[in-house]
Amino acid sequence: MAEPTTFVRSEEQRMLASTLRDLLASTTDMDRTRELSLSTDAMDHVTWKAISEMGLVGLALPSAYGGADSTTTDLAIVFEELGRVVAAVPLLSTVVASSVIMATGSEEQRRSLLPPLAAGETVATIAIFEDAHGHGTDTPSTKATREGGGWRISGVKRFVTDAPNADVFVVSAAVDGGVGTFVVAADVDGVAIEPLNALDPTRPLGNVSFDVLVSDDARLGGSHTGDALARAVDLGIAMVSQEQVGLSQRCLEMSVDYAKNRFQFGRAIGSFQAIKHRCADMLVAVEHARSAAWHAAATFDDPLEASIAIPLAKSVCSDTAVKVSGDTIQVFGGIGFTWEHDAHLYFKRAKATSLLFGPVGFHRDRLADAVGI
Amino acid sequence: MTSDVNESDRVAAAVDALLAAYPPATTQPKEFWGAQFDAGLAWVDYQVGDGGLGVSPRHREYVNRRLEEAGAPTWNRSANILGIGMGAGVLAAHGTPEQRTRWLRPMFTMDEIWCQLFSEPGAGSDVAGLATRAVRDGDEWIVNGQKVWTTLAHLAKWGLLVARSDPDQPKHLGLTYFIVDMESPGVEVRPLYQITGEAEFNEVFFDDARIPDSQRIDDVGAGWRVAMTTLMNERVAIGGNTVPRNFGSIGRAMEVWNQRGSGDATTRRELARLWAEVEAMRLTALRATENMKAGVPGPEGSTGKLAWADLNKEVTSFTVSMLGLEGLTIPEGYTLEPTSYETREVERVMSPQRHFLRARANSIEGGTSEIMRNILGERILGLPGEPRVDKGLPWKEVPRG
Repeated sequence: MAEPTTFVRSEEQRMLASTLRDLLASTTDMDRTRELSLSTDAMDHVTWKAISEMGLVGLALPSAYGGADSTTTDLAIVFEELGRVVAAVPLLSTVVASSVIMATGSEEQRRSLLPPLAAGETVATIAIFEDAHGHGTDTPSTKATREGGGWRISGVKRFVTDAPNADVFVVSAAVDGGVGTFVVAADVDGVAIEPLNALDPTRPLGNVSFDVLVSDDARLGGSHTGDALARAVDLGIAMVSQEQVGLSQRCLEMSVDYAKNRFQFGRAIGSFQAIKHRCADMLVAVEHARSAAWHAAATFDDPLEASIAIPLAKSVCSDTAVKVSGDTIQVFGGIGFTWEHDAHLYFKRAKATSLLFGPVGFHRDRLADAVGI
Repeated sequence: MTSDVNESDRVAAAVDALLAAYPPATTQPKEFWGAQFDAGLAWVDYQVGDGGLGVSPRHREYVNRRLEEAGAPTWNRSANILGIGMGAGVLAAHGTPEQRTRWLRPMFTMDEIWCQLFSEPGAGSDVAGLATRAVRDGDEWIVNGQKVWTTLAHLAKWGLLVARSDPDQPKHLGLTYFIVDMESPGVEVRPLYQITGEAEFNEVFFDDARIPDSQRIDDVGAGWRVAMTTLMNERVAIGGNTVPRNFGSIGRAMEVWNQRGSGDATTRRELARLWAEVEAMRLTALRATENMKAGVPGPEGSTGKLAWADLNKEVTSFTVSMLGLEGLTIPEGYTLEPTSYETREVERVMSPQRHFLRARANSIEGGTSEIMRNILGERILGLPGEPRVDKGLPWKEVPRG
């Protein structure tokens, strides 16, 4: 079949998914994830090491910088599998930050910054949001000013994913009447990380304040890197959408399995239409989300289609994840509401991902613009 | 692989010859369809003589595409959908050679229109519980009862009928399948006026109608099995139905918003949400088609009907809301009129208000959304069925009402 297909996974992609699923089955442990959920700097180091060694952190980066030259859809498969187990790993943050460095960095910056990220040796994240509603990403109040031969970065970034575990921040700052992007190490004087109590503790958050002097080569690209940051955010949305598909699919499987084995009134509860129909609706939602997320990853390099596909995936997959994980709690009943059960880990991840990179409504406005509504 | 290539060559050659001998531009549709049938290109996978060449059904798509590209008439497939789309499959699978010879060609040429007589007032979702009786009388069967929701009955020459031949058997076992002459005595067709005032469907009454035994399909008591063939063909006819972006009700919604909408941000955002839902459904249909072709079909092939019914109702309702106070009116007004042959065939432009009313049927016709959810739950997800109180009971002892 030479005919190009958009939706059919290749043999290699199916292999990637099943290999990774097997790996995650051995490295992840829901009891440990629950334990991690009591901290503000959760990180599943066992899984992170395993996926790093498998070469998945730098999967979509060029091999010249330590990556594996793979496609956006291959990377999406990784996120789907990680979503199935609500893995507490800083892949999203690292991938998004790496994509900014890849898009805007000089050859020298790429060569020095990307290989340790691709190898999973260091964790990076983007620090771009300054308030709760994502205002000001185009006009940050964080400033970069000339000082000596370098730059002084001053300002506060909020809701920075994986901030408590980050080694490197990719920070947006106003400079020369535009948006500049700077790479700032986490362990230097003048960078203060305040961990937050995250709704979804498996993806830690922090506020980060900067009052730091960095060298001239900390700056990525020219003055107007706003577009590159927006592209990186869109990559994040595409990956999160696929993560939402994975977590929703897993929730559906848990619900159906429970509905087959839980008996009340002398019958499996899945034989009651009230439960069966809820599960059928979950299935429809998951299949639609799967199509939308896959489309977003597959068309990511086509800017025109991506301007539709990204907010489309955000809209559909976010609603699906929240609905399906919430319905899962309902199917399980009382046990689904307990800390000891897994359902809350999925529900929290679902709600948090629906807000990540800006709320759904913002992206629906983008979609309306893109399709002529 | 070799036979595949040979088959492809044979089909291509047959299409070339047909188009050369009967140029679509100068050939009347009926004449073209007759020639298409005789060339084995009506249903290319059927046997030679039955409108086919005995090749794989995957050549159907090629034939259709070639004919459409050549400007050949293909609207018989939709205009006589219950014959060409469903009845033909039943005849091919269960008909005798005589039956296939008698019915397939005039069906394809549109000389005879077909309808399907399954649903009854007392047998909707539970169609196997139907009550129309067929009693044997020598070489004939005498039929009494009532059918409903019969598309095209007022234009049809032939009907695909399932009737109860043995009420002492459990419901699925006492049914027999017939082809009934809709113009024969004792068959009365009445238009069934619907929510919009139109009558797309009919009620059909049987009052001592007589059917020759030669018009029975397959064995006495095999009616359910044969009916399943029809329904499977229906699913094939509905499945794989991919449409362009902005097709149908969501496109109308955008038109209304852009031409007559209020312009407020809340409505716009909600319309964008609906657009995304509809597009995700459309992409799912595309994915289903691609996975089917690649030989890796999944659950995405089964969700379309349910999803479309719910979304189409939501979108059409939202569209009327976007009209504001204009939504208080309906431009067509209400008049009771049967849907004519022309209005079925010509693309009808319904007002958003009429579309909104018509959409209520989407979650009822062709399997209610409740039944579709049962099918997804039981056949795709593997959940257990409801306990059945009629299981194993003779049909005549099953409570009805």
